[in-house]
Amino acid sequence: MRRTARDNEEVARTLNRRTLMLGGAMSAMVAVLGVRMRYLQVDQADEFKLLAEENRINIRLIPPERGLIQDRNGMLIAANEQNYRVVITREAAGDVDLVLRRLAGVIPMTPEELERSIEEVKALRAFVPVTVAERLSWEDFSKVALNAPALPGVVPEVGLSRLYPLDQDFAHVVGYVGPVSDKDLEALEAPDPLLKIPKFQIGKIGVEKWMEDTLRGRAGTKRIEVNSAGRVMRELEREDGDAGTDIRLTIDAGVQNFAQARLGEESAAVVVMDVTSGDIICAASAPSFDPNLFVRGISHANYSVLMEDDHRPLANKTVSGAYPPGSTFKMVTALAALEAGVISPDTRVSCPGFLEYGDRRFHCWKRGGHGTVRLERALGESCDVYFYDIAQKVGIDKIAEMGRKLGLGQRFDIPMSAVTEGIMPDKAWKLERHKADWRVGDTINASIGQGYVLTSPLQLAVMTARIASGLAVSPRLVRMVNDRELPTPVAPPLTLNPEHLTAVRLGMYDVMNGERGTAKSSRIVEPTLVMAGKTGTSQVRNITAAEREAGVISNDDLPWNRRDHALFVGYAPYDAPRYAISVVVEHGGGGSTAAAPIGRDVLLRALTGGLPPLEAYPTSQRGRIETMLNELPLRDPLTGQTPVRTRA
Amino acid sequence: MSFLEYRVKQAPVGLRKVLYLNWPLVVLVSTVAAVGFLMLYSIAGGNLDIWARPQMERFAVGMVLMFIVAMVPIWFWRNMAGVAYLISFILLLVVEFFGDVGMGAQRWIDLGFIRLQPSEMMKFTLVMMLAAYYDWLDSRKTSRPLFVLIPVLLTVVPTVLVLLQPNLGTALLLILAGAAVMFAAGVSLWYFGGVLALGIAAVVGVFTLRGTPWQLLHDYQYRRIDTFLDPSADPLGAGYNIIQAKIALGSGGWSGKGFMQGTQSRLNFLPEKHTDFIFTTLAEEFGFLGAFSLLGLYALIIGFCLVAAFQNRDRFSALLIVGVAANFFFYIAVNLSMVMGMAPVVGVPLPLLSYGGSAMLVLLVAFGLVQSAHVHRPR
Repeated sequence: MRRTARDNEEVARTLNRRTLMLGGAMSAMVAVLGVRMRYLQVDQADEFKLLAEENRINIRLIPPERGLIQDRNGMLIAANEQNYRVVITREAAGDVDLVLRRLAGVIPMTPEELERSIEEVKALRAFVPVTVAERLSWEDFSKVALNAPALPGVVPEVGLSRLYPLDQDFAHVVGYVGPVSDKDLEALEAPDPLLKIPKFQIGKIGVEKWMEDTLRGRAGTKRIEVNSAGRVMRELEREDGDAGTDIRLTIDAGVQNFAQARLGEESAAVVVMDVTSGDIICAASAPSFDPNLFVRGISHANYSVLMEDDHRPLANKTVSGAYPPGSTFKMVTALAALEAGVISPDTRVSCPGFLEYGDRRFHCWKRGGHGTVRLERALGESCDVYFYDIAQKVGIDKIAEMGRKLGLGQRFDIPMSAVTEGIMPDKAWKLERHKADWRVGDTINASIGQGYVLTSPLQLAVMTARIASGLAVSPRLVRMVNDRELPTPVAPPLTLNPEHLTAVRLGMYDVMNGERGTAKSSRIVEPTLVMAGKTGTSQVRNITAAEREAGVISNDDLPWNRRDHALFVGYAPYDAPRYAISVVVEHGGGGSTAAAPIGRDVLLRALTGGLPPLEAYPTSQRGRIETMLNELPLRDPLTGQTPVRTRA
Repeated sequence: MSFLEYRVKQAPVGLRKVLYLNWPLVVLVSTVAAVGFLMLYSIAGGNLDIWARPQMERFAVGMVLMFIVAMVPIWFWRNMAGVAYLISFILLLVVEFFGDVGMGAQRWIDLGFIRLQPSEMMKFTLVMMLAAYYDWLDSRKTSRPLFVLIPVLLTVVPTVLVLLQPNLGTALLLILAGAAVMFAAGVSLWYFGGVLALGIAAVVGVFTLRGTPWQLLHDYQYRRIDTFLDPSADPLGAGYNIIQAKIALGSGGWSGKGFMQGTQSRLNFLPEKHTDFIFTTLAEEFGFLGAFSLLGLYALIIGFCLVAAFQNRDRFSALLIVGVAANFFFYIAVNLSMVMGMAPVVGVPLPLLSYGGSAMLVLLVAFGLVQSAHVHRPR
């Protein structure tokens, strides 16, 4: 088929024209693409650059190392332990079941733990490391490292976790740390972002809680590059935080350990205080518990045991226990009367064994009565009627004023949990609290520390220290922060007549050393360590007239929780007081038999800095005491030196 | 007017043909391919073996094929147009019923050394077929309805097969390729106007029939359109690709983050970064300068093709060159529009850059045809 040249020209022209049009359209499109490119890459570049950075950069917090807590001599109470743990990454492990089963053959793992780990590993993304075992021994940890070729994806790691090497001794004072709870977060207005790290540990009670801000430190940050799956590719930048600040308490770990051991299984508390500085040398509450259990996550069964125990091991009885002080309150009544001028140390009161007021009869603990007594004997033999009598003369408001002056009825600012205010009742208090008028009977009850009066062992120790030193000392728990000694507060004088104080101290001397002192059997015979004190036995029930008729039931015949509380306060040495002590043994029976011996032993331990010397005890008791001391489960050895810090 | 009527004897013979190749085109194509190798090397994190080496091997095979095809006289290829079309069509039918499906939609025949995608072949055999058709057709009949219907059918039937795979991107490119050749051949503009009107109607139909039993597209195709229209509505799902691609492009800025420094691609934020979205990595690492330069290279390739078409007085040759150039252009336009957020994500690779053997080989063979047409042009 031949075509004309003319046709050819025509066809070629059409083709060229159309091609040109196509080319034009393409050029236009290329221009559009170019403009779009420019718009995205030049005009909007900054915005997209920012988005790209947001994509790839994550900021992670580096938890700071928690500050250490030491006793007054530097012994470690709360340390940071190297935590040997094993971590597995599914992606690197391949066959997770196989690898974990092999691992279970190397380190101790129960079948349940194994199953749980397998599940957990499979539930998370392949590159997320999962902790399968923690707190391994060094041997097990090494075994994992040795078997590394057979355990792909398993990595032995070292982390830090809180350790309380003195376990039971400081459970109440120092408390423990635990993972942040939602409740903890809600309680804070602007929580530190650190707290949002999963499983981050903060102080839950005690010093750990109340000095959290000091101990926690400041988080560091690191900027890391992540890929789209969230895997960390590399660290870009790191800003180190500050480790938490170390704290030294005023407590002597040796005394604390001795007191804790001495209290044994009793439900009891002991507080030892320096009478001039207010330093708390010992604050033992028994029974105790192992705070390490809480750090590791306490099992439900263990927790139930602690909760259901009627001796309340979780309660810190030294500051949160509020007990009727019983006869240990008598110094307050005496001082109030002396200061008010209604009696002198020589004022005589006749004790027939009871005091009648209205149609009520208030009994003395000694049924036959003490006869005619003066202050010194009234304290030494703990004559109740004497105090009934002088209390009526001075009135409750003066007594309450004196009580507060000596440290009762107030909350001291120390970093411990559940510090109670106690109750130092007066007329206004009763009107407000019970909407009733104060009655003379109430005063009579209060005069011997019964009725409404409630005190904590800490308050009793403060009271005793103030009487012993004549200074308004306040308790102090923290001695050093960040290796710097805190200034010792200078306690102002009590502004009491020294003669009155001397008279009361003399009475307290008689309690221990007098011929008929109530705590005579707990005296210290070593002349340089002679102790003064006061026993107390406070009722937790009312004795009915019928009961009294039938003869007072012996404490031993009562169920434990209805027996009297045994109390004791004291200080030593008598001539140059150093330490004051208070002892409360819940439902322990009599103060002279249950509390005073403990007070003597602990005070001797504090004064001598070693085991109580047998020479300090009356000769007849030495054999028994020696046996008792030898059987105490004391921590050994108490070097008092700062142990090697377990800093990573 | 057909080549037989020209002084064919003046066409070069033997190895002398090599001298008459359109060398600028060869150099440009190789340059773009080399950029591709560079990017694949970068995307693999500096690893040659993952993508770059296989791609280079395929390119080498493709270049050999290109030269072979270029050496064979263009009239042979004209005579083979029908056969080539038929083979592509049969293969398309075969994969429709026996092919492997993977990656959502692509259908291929596994030949062992290469996974052949008949739909890729079809793009260029269709261009050959239509060029041969218009070479045969009396130019005065070009716009007559019957003779318009024939090329329309030649285009639409394989398009429907590809759509059934389903492969929206390739189907679109087939239609555009067919239309481009018909347009260049001089089919009356009224037809194009009519089709455009119909297209608009179809778009309206697609949207109004959505959700009814008669809806025209797959749900996932609808979702792609939705995502295109509003990527932020589904930032973690389908919209993620578009958002991340735009971030990669935009964050490249004027001069880019540097070779192998593209955070979006290195850290896997970019989807399909070695195939359809390879341009985003280039734009991220070499910035606007790099991206625009690549666009320039592509424009030059098309430009050289169009010039070659002008120079060629043989109707089949000219139409073939225009068709190949247009096809090449559509690839680029659709892909770039897609990664720059101007078109829905339809799964069209970037020619010569995206990793993939089938497309690369077919494209190089098509350039071989262009070269053959150029070497054997009437003088």
